[in-house]
Amino acid sequence: MNQTVRPDDLKPQDLQPVDDYGPLYAAHKKVYPQSVSGTFRRIKWGLMGFCLGVYYFLPFVRWNRGLGAPDQAVLIDFSNHRFYFFFIELWPQEVYYFTGLLIIAAIGLFLMNAIGGRIWCGYLCPQTVWTDLFYAVERLIEGDRRERMKKDASGDPMKLERISELVLKHSIWLMIAWWTGGAWVLYFSDAPTLVKDLITFQGPMLAYVWIAILTATTYTLAGFMREQVCVYMCPWPRIQAALTDEWALNVTYRYDRGESRMSVKKAAELRALGQPAGDCIDCKQCVAVCPTGIDIRDGAQMDCIQCGLCIDACDTVMTKIGRPTRLIGYDNDINIHRRQEGKPPIYKLVRPRTIVYAAIIAVVGGAMVYKLATRSLLEVNVLHDRNPIAIKLSDGSIRNAYTVRVLNKHGFDRVIAIDIEGPANSTVHVVGADSVTPDRPMIVIGRDQTEELRLLVTAPEENNPAKSIPVKFHVTDIGLGVVASATDNFVSP
Amino acid sequence: MADHTEVDSVSGTPTTGHAWDGIKELNTPLPRWWVITFYITIVWAIGYWIVYPAWPTISSNTQGLFGYSSRADVGVELANLEKIRGAKMAALATASLADIEKDPAMLALARAKGKTVFGDNCAACHGTGAAGAKGFPNLNDDDWLWGGSLEQIQQTLLYGVRSGHPKTREGQMLAFGKDGVLKPAEIVTVANYVRELAGLPTRPGYDAKAGAKVFAENCVACHGDNAKGNPELGAPNLTDKIWLYGSDEATLIETITNGRAGVMPAWEGRLDPTTIKAMAVYVHSLGGGK
Ligand code: SF4
Ligand code: SF4
Repeated sequence: MNQTVRPDDLKPQDLQPVDDYGPLYAAHKKVYPQSVSGTFRRIKWGLMGFCLGVYYFLPFVRWNRGLGAPDQAVLIDFSNHRFYFFFIELWPQEVYYFTGLLIIAAIGLFLMNAIGGRIWCGYLCPQTVWTDLFYAVERLIEGDRRERMKKDASGDPMKLERISELVLKHSIWLMIAWWTGGAWVLYFSDAPTLVKDLITFQGPMLAYVWIAILTATTYTLAGFMREQVCVYMCPWPRIQAALTDEWALNVTYRYDRGESRMSVKKAAELRALGQPAGDCIDCKQCVAVCPTGIDIRDGAQMDCIQCGLCIDACDTVMTKIGRPTRLIGYDNDINIHRRQEGKPPIYKLVRPRTIVYAAIIAVVGGAMVYKLATRSLLEVNVLHDRNPIAIKLSDGSIRNAYTVRVLNKHGFDRVIAIDIEGPANSTVHVVGADSVTPDRPMIVIGRDQTEELRLLVTAPEENNPAKSIPVKFHVTDIGLGVVASATDNFVSP
Repeated sequence: MADHTEVDSVSGTPTTGHAWDGIKELNTPLPRWWVITFYITIVWAIGYWIVYPAWPTISSNTQGLFGYSSRADVGVELANLEKIRGAKMAALATASLADIEKDPAMLALARAKGKTVFGDNCAACHGTGAAGAKGFPNLNDDDWLWGGSLEQIQQTLLYGVRSGHPKTREGQMLAFGKDGVLKPAEIVTVANYVRELAGLPTRPGYDAKAGAKVFAENCVACHGDNAKGNPELGAPNLTDKIWLYGSDEATLIETITNGRAGVMPAWEGRLDPTTIKAMAVYVHSLGGGK
């Protein structure tokens, strides 16, 4: 209804604020999703088992890195500033790998969105996974949708049976939540040792605090907030709504086929007369199973997390009444119109958008793999002294000081020599150098260590550079002959 | 007072009965949870007064139930720190200056400690990077008024320069002009002579011979025959390129006329010997030592 309204046409009552959009927050209405079985439910169970299995047990997987190095496959070792992931060991200087991972994660989410809408939400998001698990527990103890609704509505929660049910449910929830928090801290320390320490109350305070925090968040978010998180707290639905396009496969009710809704009998009668009849029998099964409590037949909506459970529900119904399945299915709006026009549906998952996303992932991932494969085990970083930036010596020569950090990522001590390529005839002095061969200082660097050195580079007066000239620092491993280099500048006052 | 049970027709809320210029106040009580929270904070505050030191008395303050004090807390933490650092610091305390320079781990520790202490105590005059300023020596270069060996630096740190400490380093640039020892013309001449020694351009037509004579008669006692200075007296080398107060003619005339007497405080008694040792090592390593 996009009529143009001229100001003269407006009557006073038109100027009243119109509350057309409803409130931004609807009061919480408890959702009682019904159990359902089918393809998507099976996929969800499978993914849930996989994700939780990885999360809960990964810290216990061992990986041999040799004597003296931690043997935990995945370990974030804060105190020693190391990150271990199977064969990968990262140093703080290499945090850019995490930037890469974040880029891949973000673009991966975009790609998923371009292919299947909010499927991340429906299948892989931790909020979904844990909520699903909590629902399973709830269903097991309190029964399915109808029973739970009846129990909650009966207004008689004080019966012993009901109380024991609730106590049992909440204890199991808390146990799951507690284990969730517990597994988290295991990533930051040697898991078996930490488990032992935690049980004997010898664990670090920080571990207990984190377990408490994650227990509390898991318990409240998966036990009580549930779909509220997806609808109100999470920013992704808004972002994805802005990113999606008409080709993404979203859970879609085929209203062209379903409407108008009628009973099975009426539909059969109409069909017998050769007249069109809708397939939807308005049994509301799709609504009953929906974990966010919406009616997908109202069209695509922000609250839908694309879990596909309504598809399973409706497929069951359709099979029962002998109509073709996928009245609700992963589809796009284009196809509804095409079908109405008698054209075959088209799916385009490979399109500029997905190609670009996949390309970005490939490039960033490729760069990371390349960087990892060529990762050098000897590295040098240089920082020029800022204050003072250059010093004049009594004979008129100029000296610049640098902080040089040498990283030895090898598992053994190394002797390194330092030389520079800078202003002509310049000399280099390392404060505290272990020994000095005729032309260059040498230093021993411990295994898996960094050493911070103070380097003084002096250029004689006649070679004082006018302004600033580049100077290269070469760090040579005497034993292996490996060289690492870094560049900075030599400045005159 | 109007009728208390009057109900506002628009909002359906009762009024309090207060009215100002015909505007009536709605009776919208604070939410109960808010009120309860407020009461809890009051109870909490009272408990706090009792448990913790809270109220000032004339000469002191209430001590609280458990005698808690944040000062004691800090004391415990410092003691803990001391325990953790103890062994390394003890090693630092007993090691000789030369030993520290030879042991990379100890050198790193001393440098780190020296750096913080330098920032707290020395940076005010010498700058955070120890680059100095006019009248405050740059500690990164190789020109040392009182000597740049580890021991010499340590001594300067301990006793200072003209600091009033009994063992302080003492030396003086006399005020040749003010005291009437030299006439203004002689001062200009000797200032140019000194500039010539350092390889700096001189005033056209200045009499080098006269300058040498004035210098020989007045300056060699401290600065030496060859003007190379004397660290025993803190007399600077006048032939190099580093000038504490500046090398231009006007500054030199000012120096010769009024003299100079920069002061460096003595740190003995203010900082413990280990800290001073660490500082000496740090300062020594700034310019690579001498
Ligand atoms: S509408 Fe269907 S796909 Fe969307 S959240 Fe509900 S059950 Fe899941
Ligand atoms: S489950 Fe299928 S048939 Fe039943 S109301 Fe939903 S769309 Fe209609």
